[in-house]
This record gives sequence, structure tokens and C-alpha cells, in this order.
Amino acid sequence: MKMQNQRTAYGKTLVELGRENERIVVLDADLSKSTMTCLFEQEFPDRYFEMGIAEADMISFAAGLSLTDRIAFVNSFAVFSTGRPYDQIRQGVAIGKLNVKIIGSSAGLSDFGDGATHQSVEDVAIMRAIPNMTVLVPCDAIETVKAVRAAVEYNGPVYIRICRNDVPDIFPEDEEFVIGKPYVLRDGSDITIFAMGRMVCEALAAADRLGEQGISTRVVNVSTLKPVDDNSIIKLAEGMKGVITVEEHSIIGGLASVVTYALRGKGIPVETIGINDEFGQSANTYDALLKHYGLTADNIVERAKAL
Amino acid sequence: MTIQQLERKAQEIRLTIVKMVGPGKAGHFGGSCSIADVVAALYFHKMRHDPKNPKWPERDRLIFSKGHAAIAQYAALGICGYFPEKELWNLKELGSILQGHPDMNKTPGIEANTGSLGQGLSISCGIAAGLKLDKSSARVYCIVGDGELAEGQIWEAAMAASYYKLDNLLAILDHNKLQATGPIADRFDTRPIREKWEAFGWHTVEIDGHNMKEIVETLDSIEKVKGKPSIIIAHTVKGKGIPFAENNAAFHNGAMTQEQFETACGILSEQGVM
Repeated sequence: MKMQNQRTAYGKTLVELGRENERIVVLDADLSKSTMTCLFEQEFPDRYFEMGIAEADMISFAAGLSLTDRIAFVNSFAVFSTGRPYDQIRQGVAIGKLNVKIIGSSAGLSDFGDGATHQSVEDVAIMRAIPNMTVLVPCDAIETVKAVRAAVEYNGPVYIRICRNDVPDIFPEDEEFVIGKPYVLRDGSDITIFAMGRMVCEALAAADRLGEQGISTRVVNVSTLKPVDDNSIIKLAEGMKGVITVEEHSIIGGLASVVTYALRGKGIPVETIGINDEFGQSANTYDALLKHYGLTADNIVERAKAL
Repeated sequence: MTIQQLERKAQEIRLTIVKMVGPGKAGHFGGSCSIADVVAALYFHKMRHDPKNPKWPERDRLIFSKGHAAIAQYAALGICGYFPEKELWNLKELGSILQGHPDMNKTPGIEANTGSLGQGLSISCGIAAGLKLDKSSARVYCIVGDGELAEGQIWEAAMAASYYKLDNLLAILDHNKLQATGPIADRFDTRPIREKWEAFGWHTVEIDGHNMKEIVETLDSIEKVKGKPSIIIAHTVKGKGIPFAENNAAFHNGAMTQEQFETACGILSEQGVM
């Protein structure tokens, strides 16, 4: 499978959008070489705002820019673009439904070496809890491009979660990205795996192996974590022996919460795979962390067989 | 307007504040009355604005970073005719367009959602930067509190405004020397104030925030400063104009008795035009 980087895809898309729409402005807090907003800065220095290492001011400043009829993209690592300026997002951006797009880069465990302080296990939960916020978690570079473009078309606050490391291409090139739509990437009739972000490729690998063992598996890429139409989740789970959720995020407030809430009262068994209410830690590779927290195809297969 | 007319407008704002809150209900009198003279000078002398077209792109903007003093802005907006006067008397009632803190989507003339202290100055900086990109001549005015200066974000904004040379931004510090729980000097001293702003690269002027002539002359002269943001440190009295509330921290967010309400209305009516 072809591997691509979501950050690079994002950075290039911002430049394209900058060419198409002069109302787009970009802010960063001294991480532009990681978030890849450096590409936008090179081409549009007047519309790029280096805000220093001051994330709270960056969010509110972006709110101000949006009040002059601009689309403001605010960038940092997910842990710093959601947790540190939570109040600025809530008060200044979300209550007023301002057109600010918040990018959570190097999300989840993907900043493997930097440890718990830099790894976001709760960013989706924080953003989902804020009224008026839309939350997108694209699974690969292709979907990242489409999600960022969809965020520009949508007038209001959006959070987009982006992985630091290369991920395999999964999302169909010719598929339209629609905010709120869960995507069936593979159909099956025994169980459904709902997966988010980097975990979608693990879910697909698990489905391959389950198929060999006679378990027909549907894989759903849930890339919109809010808003979610409960019925769309119910339809994809009904008639199955059970469902599994898989996310590189705390089991509190993310995909597990979305699916278990949607399926309440339906009597369908649900298993959840995610980070069990704990922080991350340093490791020498991303894969070592994913394995440590059970975020692998192997673990999905095992849990699926137990359903 | 003449200085005397502007002084009357300030008293009209204060009287409106008193009537909006009414007896027996808590309201942020102190920090609203301390800034009333500046607010009168802005809406009735300095700012280009059109109450019939609140979203006019070329308008000057006023943002209350100290959002709890919103009633001073509501009073001025009501007097200007941004909304029907009757809305003033529904302050903070369920469904009212006048929330406890400013809400841009509910109140015509309100520019941003503020109230969580420390954020309004950053928002004002972003608006000023956006107006510069538009090559607009519109200016941004931002009211900041002296207790609010304890918020670290104020100083992040101060650096950003200076770095981006936001000379279309004017902050006005309502230096009334009292925070909710007592004198700033005793509770959490944010002084020295002038030296801080100068060190952050701002053009800094100190005035008597209740001397209308000085307010007007400073607002007029300060817009000639180029290449850096400006701040007016307005020395004020918390609760100014309402004798029992003056310099009284209890009226940061206090309630008047019926007797106090009548006293305040009497004093302000004599001095105002209503």
C-alpha cells in the first residue's frame, strides 16, 4: 500500500486553498515546520501569522481575524491546540460559532518519542464536549485533503485531528467527503468494526484475517466524530453478532462513546479498543506504542473472536 | 457634541445602567460606571459607526475585554438605537438579547463573545490585523480592566500587538484600582502598570478617566501614533457617579436596595438629560 503523510497533505492543501481563496489565513505557534504550515508561510507571508509560543493568544487572535470575514486555520500539536487553549476555544470561538479551524497535529501517540506531555489521548473528547464544534478525524492523507476542503466549505468552528507519521492510503480517491457520514470501506455480515483515524488500517488488516477464519467483517471509517447521526451507526450495526470500536484515543469521550451512545438500548454487544484512561509515554517507535496499548490488528482479531 | 453634552451622555449611560439592573438584583455597577465617561466619548464623539447598519465593514469596533462591564456598552447601544429601548429592561432575563456577558450573535453592536477575562484584547488584535489586511481605516478600541491584567494572555496579546505593529488598535485600561474582592494593591497587585505597557512596546498615556475634555483630546491625538499600538491608562473610580457604590468593592457585582435605587436615580437624573 502507498504510504503518505497527513501533515504534508494538509500543508499542501492549505497552499492550494490559499491560492483559491484570499480570505484564508493561517496561524502557528512555532511549530510550522512540524505542522507543515511553513508551506503556506513561504507562499503567503502576509496571510501567515507567527504567534510565538502563545497558544491561548493564537486562538483568540484567530477569532478576531475570523471577525473580519476570514477563515482562520490555527495550528499546533493536538495536545496544545485543544487542551491549553480550551477556554479560548469555548468562549471566544465556539459560543459565537466563528469560522476558526483548529488543527490538532501530531495527534494521539504519533509523537512517540516526546512522551505523555506531547501525546493527546483526550483531544477528541475535549472538542466533542464543546457545543457548536465539528470534529473530524481523517484516516489518511487522501481523506485529510478532502476533510480540510470540507471544513472550508462549512461556516463554523471545526477541529481536525492529524497523525504525525506516514499512513497507508485507504480512502477512495473518487469518494466525496461529507461531514457526518460514516464510510463503509469493506462490507461484511457477522461483525462491524468502527474505526477512527490511524486505526482504520489496523481494522482493515484485522478484517482480512477474520475473513480467513470465517468471520465476515464490515469495516467502517468514522471520520466525523461530531455531529453523528445515531441512525447511521445503528444501520451499520444492526443484524450483527456484535461490534468493536477502535481508536487511538481514550475510551472516554471518543469513538467508543459515540458508538455505545448511538447503540443504547439496541441489545447489540459492543467491545471497545482504545487507551484505557491513561496517559501515553515515550517509545522509540510509533508501532511500539500502538502495540503496548493494544491498538493493533492482532488485538482486534482476538477481541472480535470473543464476541 | 460639546464636552458638556458628552458629560450628560455619560450620566445618561449611568442612569440607564441603574435602571437596567433595578433594585434587588445583582449587577456589575462598579466597573460599568467607572468606564461610562470613556464609553460616552467613544460612541458619541470618536467612533465611526451606524446603529442602523451594525455590520458596516468600515465601522470602528469596541470590544469589552472586561466583559462583565457589558451593561455600560448595552446602555450606550440602546441610547444609540442599535435595538429598541425596551430591550434594555429585559437585561439577563430568559431569552433576552442582553446576556450577562457580551454575545455577538444576540446583541446588535456587540462585536465578540467576551467575559472570560484576558481574551478580548487578543480578539481585538486579530480584528485589527484583519482590518490591516483589508487596508481598512477602521479602528479597534478595547476596554481592559486592571484586575484583568493578572491574566497572562493579556501580555501575550500585548506582545502580539507590538510585533504586528497594530497602530489601529487602542486599548483603554479602566484603572479603578478595585477587583472583585478588594483593592488591587492588597489582593493581587498588577502594578507598576505604565512601565509594563511601555516595556511591551506600547505608546502609553495616563489620563483622568472622568475628565471628558481630557478623554476626548487624548482619543483624538492618540490615533496619530503610527507603528505601534496605544493604550490609555484611564484613572477612574469604581462605581463613579453613584455615591454609595463609589470605591466600594461590594458593588463590583452588587444589588441595590429600593432606597439606594431611588437615590441613584435621583442624583443621576438631575445631572443627566432623562
